[in-house]
Amino acid sequence: MSRLEIRNLQVSVKTDAGAVEILKGVDLTIETGETHAIMGPNGSGKSTLAYSIAGHPKYTIVGGSVTLDGADVLDMTVDERAKAGLFLAMQYPVEVPGVSVSNFLRTAATALRGEAPKLRTWVAEVKDAMEALNIDPAFASRNVNEGFSGGEKKRHEIMQLELLKPKIAILDETDSGLDVDALRIVSEGINRAKANGNLGVLLITHYTRILKYIKPDFVHVFANGHIVEEGGPDLADKLEANGYADYVSK
Amino acid sequence: MSLLATNYLTPTGREEAWRFTPLKRLRGLHDGAAVVGDRASLISSHSLPAGVTFMSENLAPLAHSDDVIIERIRGLDGQVSHLSIAANTEVAEPILLGRSNGALETAELSRVRISLGEHAVATVVIENTGDTVLAEDLEISLAPGSSLTFITLQEFDAQSVYAARHHAVVDKDAHFKSITVTVGGDVVRILPTVEFIAPGGSVELLGVYFATAGQFFEHRMHVDHAVPHAKSRVNFKGALAGRDAHTVWIGDVLIRAIAEGTDTYELNRNLLLSDGARADSVPNLEIETGEIIGAGHASTTGRFDDEQLFYLMSRGITLENARRLVVRGFFNEIVTEIGIEAIQDRLMNRIDNELEKAGT
Repeated sequence: MSRLEIRNLQVSVKTDAGAVEILKGVDLTIETGETHAIMGPNGSGKSTLAYSIAGHPKYTIVGGSVTLDGADVLDMTVDERAKAGLFLAMQYPVEVPGVSVSNFLRTAATALRGEAPKLRTWVAEVKDAMEALNIDPAFASRNVNEGFSGGEKKRHEIMQLELLKPKIAILDETDSGLDVDALRIVSEGINRAKANGNLGVLLITHYTRILKYIKPDFVHVFANGHIVEEGGPDLADKLEANGYADYVSK
Repeated sequence: MSLLATNYLTPTGREEAWRFTPLKRLRGLHDGAAVVGDRASLISSHSLPAGVTFMSENLAPLAHSDDVIIERIRGLDGQVSHLSIAANTEVAEPILLGRSNGALETAELSRVRISLGEHAVATVVIENTGDTVLAEDLEISLAPGSSLTFITLQEFDAQSVYAARHHAVVDKDAHFKSITVTVGGDVVRILPTVEFIAPGGSVELLGVYFATAGQFFEHRMHVDHAVPHAKSRVNFKGALAGRDAHTVWIGDVLIRAIAEGTDTYELNRNLLLSDGARADSVPNLEIETGEIIGAGHASTTGRFDDEQLFYLMSRGITLENARRLVVRGFFNEIVTEIGIEAIQDRLMNRIDNELEKAGT
């Protein structure tokens, strides 16, 4: 079992007008096997939380701590965080021209597993992962995220989740920009990854619709850089009915 | 051995065509100071297919040149190493030419001709290696309907100087595709130039270069749309790493008044991998008629994209490997156009090594 502990995390970002504090003391604990949904309005700092945990250089940690099974995540380089078992499915996956999906996946798997996966089993593994997410096999030879539709990018992220088998996955608005069918396929992928491994999920979203497919154990409402309310799945229903208006003024 | 004639206009460095070139490092090729050695280093080490000959001949130049080094070469000698591909010959396998005896003490003034007869199809690869001082007047003649893929690999050793013009004369409906790769040498200055002499021709000038500390690589394109309905594409990609690595890309495209129906686009992208390197990029489109299909250019010079590196690293890939992937990816588009796996692999490995050496 693994445990990601976020304690009083404060994060700022540099702007022309100086550093702006975005996260104002976030506390959150996620264990493998659990699904946490973080919900909140635009600009509340949800994505900042995701990218800060993954180590994006744009964000400056001002205070607090993030540990994975006691190890100091904030002290790790970006790749070390991935090797420790963290995964971030990005809202806007980045295009990498000239690097094919198959080359990228194999390089990542090699890095995370410590050795190159055996070619024959690897090819089958990738093929199965693609089929499960309804991804055209021709994707393997395309360049990473280049010319992908929004839905294709998200499926590609979840395919990586399934192949790379992290301990804790942060899914940053994986549901945004998906039509109903793609939302179902992607959600099934996330559920499969959870069923097949010992995975904790931190699901960041605006909308409750993905929660019809992925049942959260905990729901956290995020506003103005910190968590303002926590509860069980029923909190999502309340948000669905009332929106975020109660929280943004707090 | 002989001395170069000095009765040419020696460039001073103030001329437009020479303003970037470090003249002092040309080992006397431009001002006649070089001592000319008696060698013709271009060789064919493989047996040639039917319809293809390679021999020394006395040939008049195919086209005018106002480059002083080319003039000096022509002033010295009429002998030309001539690779000829007969009309209607389709050569499936690439024709490989390489270099023998190079030398740094003396200069070689080389004239080369590649000619394709009507409807001939071929791929020609010239591998430039070793340490040498070489000035080269290389002319390519494409008869109507012929098609040539021309790959030049500048993989010289560290002290080499190479100053050359690669000039293609493209006849009716002929297709010329060149891939110019420059990764080795002290100073490399190539003028890939094209002249259309009848309608319907098309050219693709592709190139990659990677300059590390102290190297100077210049590619100075000139595409002359002197006839209607010709098409040209230029795409050069370069990377630079290390102190005083310097590259120059000039893309001159001229669409003459008569050249209606011209379709042209040129592109140069540079990746600066460290401080202290300098990439000059000057696209230059001169349009004398509006009756064209298209004309455009783009030039970018940038550094590593932090978002790309973050994305790769967030999947466990180390910074070093992420950089390698991005650089390989950057060059991949053009390197794969070579279509010869052994050469592509060799180049990619060399690019990895250069990157590692530069320690960016």
